[in-house]
Amino acid sequence: MKPNGNHKLLRMQGIGKLFSGVRVLDSVDFDLEPGEVHILAGENGAGKTTLIKILAGVHADYEGRIVLNDRVVKFKSPHDASIFGISAIHQEMSMVNPMSVVDNIFLGREKTRNQFWMDFHSQIEMAKELLAQLELKVDLLEPVENYPLSMRQMFEIAKALVYETKIIIMDEPTSALNDVEVSRLFQIIRDLKQTGKAVIYITHRLDEIYQIGDRITVLRDGKRVGTSALDSLSPDELIHWMVGRTISQQFPERFPRSGQERLRLENVFIQDPSGSKRWAAENVSLKLYDGEILGIAGLQGSGKSELLNGLFGTYGKTVQGHVWLENTPIKIRSPRHSVESGIALLTNNRKDTGIIPEMNIVQNITVASLESFALIGWMQNQKETLAARQHADNLDIRAQSLSQEIVTLSGGNQQKVMLAKWLETKPKILLLDEPTRGVDVSAKHEIYELMNGWTSQGIAILLITSELPELLAMSDRIIVMHRGRITAQFSAEDATQENIIQAAMGENTGQ
Amino acid sequence: MTSNARNTTQDSQRRAWLRSPVFRALVALLFVFLLGLAFNADGSFFKWDTHRDMLRHISVFGILACGMTLVIITAGIDLSVGSLLGLTAVLFSLFSIRMGWSPAITISICLLVGAACGMLSGGLIAKFKIQPFIATLAMMVFARGLAKWASGGQKVSTAVLQRDGTYKYVDVPPIFNFLNSKLIHENIAVVTLIFFICIFICWVILNKLRWGRHIYAIGGNEEAARLSGIPVLTTKLLAYGASGFFCAVAGICQAAQELQGDPEAGMTYELTAIAIVVIGGTNLMGGKGGIGLTFIGAMTIGYLEKILSINAVGEASRLMLTGVIIVGAVLFQKFRR
Repeated sequence: MKPNGNHKLLRMQGIGKLFSGVRVLDSVDFDLEPGEVHILAGENGAGKTTLIKILAGVHADYEGRIVLNDRVVKFKSPHDASIFGISAIHQEMSMVNPMSVVDNIFLGREKTRNQFWMDFHSQIEMAKELLAQLELKVDLLEPVENYPLSMRQMFEIAKALVYETKIIIMDEPTSALNDVEVSRLFQIIRDLKQTGKAVIYITHRLDEIYQIGDRITVLRDGKRVGTSALDSLSPDELIHWMVGRTISQQFPERFPRSGQERLRLENVFIQDPSGSKRWAAENVSLKLYDGEILGIAGLQGSGKSELLNGLFGTYGKTVQGHVWLENTPIKIRSPRHSVESGIALLTNNRKDTGIIPEMNIVQNITVASLESFALIGWMQNQKETLAARQHADNLDIRAQSLSQEIVTLSGGNQQKVMLAKWLETKPKILLLDEPTRGVDVSAKHEIYELMNGWTSQGIAILLITSELPELLAMSDRIIVMHRGRITAQFSAEDATQENIIQAAMGENTGQ
Repeated sequence: MTSNARNTTQDSQRRAWLRSPVFRALVALLFVFLLGLAFNADGSFFKWDTHRDMLRHISVFGILACGMTLVIITAGIDLSVGSLLGLTAVLFSLFSIRMGWSPAITISICLLVGAACGMLSGGLIAKFKIQPFIATLAMMVFARGLAKWASGGQKVSTAVLQRDGTYKYVDVPPIFNFLNSKLIHENIAVVTLIFFICIFICWVILNKLRWGRHIYAIGGNEEAARLSGIPVLTTKLLAYGASGFFCAVAGICQAAQELQGDPEAGMTYELTAIAIVVIGGTNLMGGKGGIGLTFIGAMTIGYLEKILSINAVGEASRLMLTGVIIVGAVLFQKFRR
């Protein structure tokens, strides 16, 4: 298997796909050489995921043909595809949460003796080897649900490696990973390349594209815009390909405001939600002013997400310490109580803790503020629709109709609905945990501008994001957490990627 | 251009309607109805009396299914409805026949007891996080025991055992006769009207009240609902409480129809109630469905049983056929095109 220009591992020719009469893919060509990382890029709804699902056998009904090693193939199921050496790590992770790490890794491909008895021993041995290769130290018999999202992502990769894989598809694998984990993942990808395996890599992040990619194919509105080697494609051209217009800056300019103190924490302790005895956040003190964006940096396990959740009352009354909201001491009791006192939390897991999939857009927008749409318990549907319509206009939520189910929207639009939900509660403080996760480039930009708009109305924001450039560009001040403690604090001018990472890894350098 | 656009919206609206659960439930009902036209038992299917009796017969189950719908939309289940029906039927007979209490007081007490039992299971589920299946299973057993204890294990009827071992027959309280009567020139049973009122109450709860929105939200994604500030505990408590309330309504109707309070009444009724909800198309996973579907489901099951009985199909075949048709109807709901 030597990577040479002529031999194609995979060719997808004229691929098309209709979903209930709507064309989502239109004669797309895509090819793959052995030992290359081929980036698949495009905005949400461009058809990347559909293309990938066709290759992985999830959608068996499509136009065009797939040629694998000069043989025309047609996969009827993901199992079919895996037999031909194609493994996919989908965006929605396919782990059975209560099952152990090792059982998940071998799910559907259990090692057996005589095709009948489970061979636990060799499964565990193999899993150990795989995880060592990925430099992970975990208890293989622990249920995966006890591990954070980032860890589960690594298990997904281990799972893909079990198969005799030739092609690995990764759909936004870094969206739940921090920088250290990302660089480890990239090392793994480089190792895979060495062995002649090809990787199809879907991402929204420009920096990643250039770090790891060899070639790129860009899709827009279900059509292929172009394919190019990354050496010969400038970032500006690439963005132009993706959005069809030129976005001059990635981040809008931010004008810091200073005002009255809005939130003050003193010596706040938050218990680890998994039930272990340690503190998830320990002795945290901070102040947040009117119209300010305070960024919180930290690696996985730094307790930044737990801090926001604790403040919001997700863990109930277990939070210790003193909290003042607009100079009035408050007690943290429950999410309901927090919403009433003007605190809103955008969680980092839209699917599990954000949207209510069975409900439509209007209902998802108003679900946190039903009090204001009910007259002694009776819903006022017109008032509700009117309010939702206004948010949809302000936030530019793109939908055919607001009575559409929320799951039919793209990730970026779903996120905007979540933001609208919290704005409708008229918050004093917005806790934003990864507000741009799984959101495409132009929607990201819109969310940044919205954040600027809200702060100019006085709303204060606590911002968590695993994308450092975003954190640096959007925050007025940045605090860094390491193992539950604040290790550094920077003003926007002093903060750099380097000193944030240093502090996040536990070096107490900040002032 | 404009007319074209309008055509496509009409087109997509029509397609959405064809895919909607209401349409599917109606098709299932229509299918059963057509069966009735075909196997009309020498024309008895064409008589209004047959339909009136079907409605009267299905009413008690339908009332139970009303409360069950609320609970199932919260992604729960209530196995105790049959037992609560038995308990309230016994209490209603005890109070009105034996004690001679006025209907207003008797009915109020029964409704309160039903709602309280429901809220007790709801509390176990919401506060102590016991699985709905387990909590209501416990309530099912407990309430049955309570019914037997209250009745002394005997049917509570108008035949009252005297000290000397003889029976004395007392008058049937007028409330029994009223509930058991038919109105509008004997064209519709009172219990059927009560069933319709229960359906209407649930429709208001689910579609007009904030509480209804809370019920859907919790069934759709409980954690997201909680983090949106929805009072999960209260909502669930009230949903199971409402289910208990409707059980009491059904229990009172049942007692009136049987002219006695049977502590064994309502055995396996919970299964019929669940079948009605599911055949209607409300999803056991929660968050989806509605009371209109349950109404259609009740009609479907009602006609099915009526057709089988007017054609004198034996019980063994009837049960087997019912099982097959339930699966058929649910499979039909699942197919999407």
